[in-house]
Amino acid sequence: MVVSTRQIRLAGKPLLHLACSLPLVLLILSIAEIGGLRLGPNPQLYIRDVLGEWGLRLLLVTLAITPLRRLIGKPWPLLFRRLLGLWAFAYLALHFVTYFFLDRSLELALIIEDILKRPYITLGMTAFMLMIPLAITSTAGWQRRLGGRWLQLHRLIYPIAVLGCWHFYWLVKKDLREPLVYCGLLAILLVARIWWARADKTRAA
Amino acid sequence: MLIRKPPDIKSSEITPERYYFNRRELLRSAGFVGAGALLSGATGAADEGPAGHRRLGKVERWPASLKTTPNTFEEVTTYNNFYEFGTGKADPAEASGRFRPKPWKVQIDGETEAPGSYDYDTIVKAHTLEERIYRLRCVEAWSMVVPWVGIPLASVLKRYKPTSKARYVAFETVVRPEEMPGQRSGVLDWPYVEGLTIAEAMHPLTLLVVGVYGVELPAQNGAPLRLMVPWKYGFKSIKSIVRISFTEKRPPTTWSLSGPNEYGFYANVNPNVDHPRWSQATERRVSSGLGSLLAARQDTLMFNGYADQVASLYTGLDLVKNF
Repeated sequence: MVVSTRQIRLAGKPLLHLACSLPLVLLILSIAEIGGLRLGPNPQLYIRDVLGEWGLRLLLVTLAITPLRRLIGKPWPLLFRRLLGLWAFAYLALHFVTYFFLDRSLELALIIEDILKRPYITLGMTAFMLMIPLAITSTAGWQRRLGGRWLQLHRLIYPIAVLGCWHFYWLVKKDLREPLVYCGLLAILLVARIWWARADKTRAA
Repeated sequence: MLIRKPPDIKSSEITPERYYFNRRELLRSAGFVGAGALLSGATGAADEGPAGHRRLGKVERWPASLKTTPNTFEEVTTYNNFYEFGTGKADPAEASGRFRPKPWKVQIDGETEAPGSYDYDTIVKAHTLEERIYRLRCVEAWSMVVPWVGIPLASVLKRYKPTSKARYVAFETVVRPEEMPGQRSGVLDWPYVEGLTIAEAMHPLTLLVVGVYGVELPAQNGAPLRLMVPWKYGFKSIKSIVRISFTEKRPPTTWSLSGPNEYGFYANVNPNVDHPRWSQATERRVSSGLGSLLAARQDTLMFNGYADQVASLYTGLDLVKNF
């Protein structure tokens, strides 16, 4: 059976939306204490951390689209890149809002001190700020308007991902195992791109 | 020694009734006492407290306890840092099922006239137990108010006759990788070691803890014997102690070995000296439930509110350098 691109899009998009929203749904159920789910004794940090982790995971999944397309030699993964990137942005925006409102209770002096004096927060905040223009210009309209510059702008995703993983690496107290997994995955995704870019160059020459 | 009440008590925080001695409240705060009783096959045995933990005998109430409402038994026993059982906050409660805190022996050695290996009962039973409500301030900038049960460490240490050479007291946690899954990882060097100056160890606020909420210490809280040094960050209050050594030289301490730039020997709670990566000026009072979701952080107090009692221990010491 041959599956058309249209069919992949029609089936894939709702499935991916469902999958991407799942952590958020679980979080909402935990807040409402439905189905035995709980936020635990430190709810502010729990919400903040769950959102941050899923944001970073989805960011890495978004970066895996190009290598995946290359590996399977089919263009369809591209259909879902924007969807995944926007979900990553949504989680990270909520992560940011949680930090701002729940963790720091909107105490601006505290937040400014954090941004200036805590390197991991400086990194995280920079990464998030850089993501905003990408989210805004993610529409087809903006893509058309910006033309070739769109691609250039969206290359910002690489420094954003590096800053995001670095932010995670710097904030843990001692157990680096989880952040190192993220850093390792990111390294693989970036090295794969460099590898392919070189291979293409050699072939062209 | 006269111990004044800590200055941070708001009238709104005063609980008119010591609620955890009220059985109905205790059941509510424990939440899962029914399950604990069911598991043990007993139904409401008199010596059984929340979650089936054995109730301690006679406990005297310390008059200078914090008047703040303590965290619930569930919070105190499910949100813990005890890397021997894993690095997640829920790990100690979830992964400590195999831990057997009895029988228990503590080796006492070093600069003492009475070295030896002493049984838990020998160490504890000679003393009257006291209940003291202290706030535990974690170096990670959260805090919890806990009704600890214990003995002033000084009373215990004096019985083991430290010599005049004893300038420090070193403590060591048990190593049982087969019962403590976190010890199978290399996240810290085991055994966990801690230390205090002799003056800190002999200070009347320093408590050798045997219980919480009137019951024997659950494994995740450092069963069966742990320290509670209320003016220091939580990691100084070493858990599951198997060795106490009186030493002439300052003993090594686990976190300062692991991160010398971030964790010092003294580790006194100090809102003016930040951790290199985060601020220590404020803290998040741990509190589950929706109501606390919008609660503000609270100011961290110098020496966790015990400046009047302990500041004199550090006269002439640069607290920025000696963090």
